Amino acid sequence: MTVNPRLYPLLATIGIFVVAYIVCWLQFPYMLSTRVAGNLLTDNAYLGIVAVGMTLVILSGGIDLSVGSVIAFSGVFIAVMLRDTGLHPLLVFALLLAVTTAFGAAMGAVIHGLAMPAFIVTLAGMFLARGASYMLTIESVPIAHPFYDLLKDAYWLMPGKGRLTLIGVLMLVAVAAGALIAHRTRFGAQVFAIGGGEQTARLMGVRVGATTVGIYAFSGFMAGLSGIVFSIYTGSGYPLATVGTELTAIAAVVIGGTLLTGGAGYVVGTLFGVLTMGLIQTYIVFDGTLSSWWTKIVIGVLLLLFILLQRGLLRVTALRA
Amino acid sequence: MTRTLRRILPQILTLAVLVALVSLFFPQFLSVDYQGGRLSGPVIDVLKRGAPVALLAVGMTLVIATRGIDLSVGTIMAITGATAAWALASGWGAAAAVLLALMAGLACGVWNGCLVALIGIQPIVATLILMTSGRGIAQLITEGRILTFTDPGFAWLGSGILLGLPVPVYIWVGTAIAVALLMRRTALGLLVESIGINRSASALAGINATVLLIAVYVASGLCAALAGIIATADIRGADANNAGLWLELDAILAVVIGGNSLLGGRFSVAASVLGAMIIQTIDTGILLAGFPSEYNLVIKAGLVLMVLLVQSPNLAGHWYALRRHVRRRREPAPSDRSAP
Repeated sequence: MTVNPRLYPLLATIGIFVVAYIVCWLQFPYMLSTRVAGNLLTDNAYLGIVAVGMTLVILSGGIDLSVGSVIAFSGVFIAVMLRDTGLHPLLVFALLLAVTTAFGAAMGAVIHGLAMPAFIVTLAGMFLARGASYMLTIESVPIAHPFYDLLKDAYWLMPGKGRLTLIGVLMLVAVAAGALIAHRTRFGAQVFAIGGGEQTARLMGVRVGATTVGIYAFSGFMAGLSGIVFSIYTGSGYPLATVGTELTAIAAVVIGGTLLTGGAGYVVGTLFGVLTMGLIQTYIVFDGTLSSWWTKIVIGVLLLLFILLQRGLLRVTALRA
Repeated sequence: MTRTLRRILPQILTLAVLVALVSLFFPQFLSVDYQGGRLSGPVIDVLKRGAPVALLAVGMTLVIATRGIDLSVGTIMAITGATAAWALASGWGAAAAVLLALMAGLACGVWNGCLVALIGIQPIVATLILMTSGRGIAQLITEGRILTFTDPGFAWLGSGILLGLPVPVYIWVGTAIAVALLMRRTALGLLVESIGINRSASALAGINATVLLIAVYVASGLCAALAGIIATADIRGADANNAGLWLELDAILAVVIGGNSLLGGRFSVAASVLGAMIIQTIDTGILLAGFPSEYNLVIKAGLVLMVLLVQSPNLAGHWYALRRHVRRRREPAPSDRSAP
């Protein structure tokens, strides 16, 4: 049986995650408990959700630097709305998702309409979203609402006393939805087509403009959803929160085996990229003697490994063709 | 000379408009005092505080001219600052600390350059690796603490005064002039531009694109090292977490405001440095004018959008089409008989 070479990066990602988990388990047997697994999901929920949106953007050959600021904006927006108005949180959520989706769509429209690099347009979006959250408040605003307590305490007790929280499940749902959209819909096929080459996509009959707007709108929606999850996780809104999350998300996508030039990758890989990065952090907490900066260095090394692996794969597939 | 002036005219005009705008809210903006052997005033402050971004912008201009980007410069500032502070704390003296910091910047540049030129990784990803792991390396050097030192010779580089002006001003102006002369008085600038326009064609034309690409990232690393030295000397301590944080984005912004295309090719160091001064004038101006600093980022975002609109290749196309359309309407329509 031959395996499609396109699957190699995904298999490598999953393989590294499994091997890393086994290494952790051999050293700390308690790592293989539902408690650790549940916390791994909960702690990385917001990152996983935003990375799904980023995966689609990167599959199309673009990049979205605004997501970290959008998450911070979401938290502040929710906190201020709940403090100053009597609206129900669900209504605020709907409002917020509409705002962030429209924000993403606007960036997509600018990228396509002005034919500017996504890098610089989303950089402006990053300043704008961060600035908007500063304008709402410059302090950390606590969220005190009975509905929020309900969301925060919503979990399912797994065997072994691990907690599968609502936000952890929400991340898994987001990954599943992202995978469905990317690999099973016409929109997803168009995203891959644009990532493979805009000219060829146009010749194939892909409506590049509408798809680009859709991609960034999707990323904006996911960033908003991630902001909601982050506000549930921290119970507050803070304009300085999640600085640099966009780069962590990009790193997760790359470790997840998605090609940064676009056109090849799997949404599920991103989930394993996020979990691998979370596992490194958990290991450092378990070890207790290692300093936190080793997280950054190990993630950098992983990034390098995966990029080199992808270069090698490209060369191999080019030789075959 | 006039060509250079025409090239940087939009940036000078933007800066003039900004200065006028700030003066409107803060009339003393342009006033300069001479007190105790030093010039002081908002303008001097802008020149001094803008030093790190201006230095980064010089290196970034060259990298962007080759159609690359260097996301790691802020992190290189942290690494070189940590290296210098470590050398001082170990009793090496100021000259050795500066040399060691420059070596660290050089090593970072070689690393980036090799990833881009030899292995062929996209610049944005190649430099992302150092950006994420570099702060960890800097923290490894400082062992997670903020390393402080008291060496007056090294601190002079950040807060000293020479002939009435702060030393950082001399460093960034000197670097910018040196790089601009090196690029424009030799063929080097032309070669860098040709790589940005078409790397394989340049290689076929006999340009050693690989070496030149590495050299460009080394230049960016060295500029970042100088910026790191200034930032560290200014606060007399190395903060691995916050030194140069997000300055890479400001540097890229400075280059873009300087009218350099992110798609490589023609570049102007002078315009980029003016871009850095524009950013610093906005930052300082917003504070002086009494606006809450919360507005800073929104105004910056608006500015970026304006620059994008002006630079957009599509918009230029639309404008050209519109003008042609108008002209065709004015002229009498060609008669049908003349058509073959």
